[in-house]
Amino acid sequence: MRRLVLALALVALPAASAAWAADAIEVHLKNHRFTPSVIKVKANKPSMIILHNDDSTADEFDSPSLKIEKVVPGRSKGNIRVRALAPGKYPFMGEFNASTAQGVVIAE
Amino acid sequence: MISALIIVFREVIEAGLIVGIVLAATTGVPGRERAVSMGVLAGVLGAALVAAFAGELANLFQGSGQEFFNAGILLLAVAMLTWHNVWMASHGRQMARELKAAGHQVRTGERTLTALSIVVGVAVLREGAEVVLFLYGIAAQGGTSAAGMVAGGGLGLLGGAVISALMYFGLLTVPAGKLFQVTSWLITLLAAGMAAQAVLLLQNGGLLEIFTGTVWDTSWLIRDDSLAGKLLHTLIGYSEAPNGAQLIAYGATIVMILTLMRLVNAPAARVKHA
Repeated sequence: MRRLVLALALVALPAASAAWAADAIEVHLKNHRFTPSVIKVKANKPSMIILHNDDSTADEFDSPSLKIEKVVPGRSKGNIRVRALAPGKYPFMGEFNASTAQGVVIAE
Repeated sequence: MISALIIVFREVIEAGLIVGIVLAATTGVPGRERAVSMGVLAGVLGAALVAAFAGELANLFQGSGQEFFNAGILLLAVAMLTWHNVWMASHGRQMARELKAAGHQVRTGERTLTALSIVVGVAVLREGAEVVLFLYGIAAQGGTSAAGMVAGGGLGLLGGAVISALMYFGLLTVPAGKLFQVTSWLITLLAAGMAAQAVLLLQNGGLLEIFTGTVWDTSWLIRDDSLAGKLLHTLIGYSEAPNGAQLIAYGATIVMILTLMRLVNAPAARVKHA
């Protein structure tokens, strides 16, 4: 059973990544602010945010409504997979610097 | 200092609750303090390692290393919790008897101490890595004084310890004969919640992308990022908007654990173990 899951995982992984990569949106985090801080995505379609953390310290991309918590180390980038969203606004923040690192994903 | 306090407290709540439950589930078992301490210690060391190699970890599996690592350790914890409960099902009555006989030690419980020690380690590791990265971040920025950071972090840790104590002493008010029954249920729900969380992480990592639609949304009632939401998330796996795959994992874990418990506790097995 476990081997089957692993095999499925290995087959599914490249396919899944290819599908996500097509919609990649580049976002930068610098001085603990997101640019752009308003990210528009197509509703009902998965998308990918590539978060470049240009600060020297780590931060955590955190959004309960997107159901994502992802630590991105300093001077590094993280691939954030956003599931297919119903139209609406989905706020997110950099949890380690929440006073400035705020943004919103708008699905439309 | 306040930001350090809040964030550390938020992160240690989960580990604190789990330590409290594990302590209650091992009431009277000799060597449990050592097992739990080892779990915490290993978790802290692991957290420092994970934080140090966060960049390398994140880059594995085409950028999904962090998600898969966290899902993996959660599933390990689910397996350990399952094993503990199944062991309890076949020896629970004996353990309750041992516990009720004043001054008696619950020798039967020693068998699953390692499993629970691993569960504690995993809980501390997951939350701890974020705490380390966060504290390192404010230390590097110099925004907060070192003293303020240590004070805030220390108070946050203390808060987690208080949560542990409340959970533990709260559970100890349960009569001895029923205690292991109650902790069995708590552990079952804990495991189910972890399995659901693992599925979400796999999905965020790009795997298992089936039944991803939200089934219901109770964010109007309890939000995930509220204190109540965090507590319920750890205890029963609460999520404000669970998706289909999470619910299936949740239900399947409960059914799996209850079935295994029933199987080992079947009449034939009972005679064998008596």
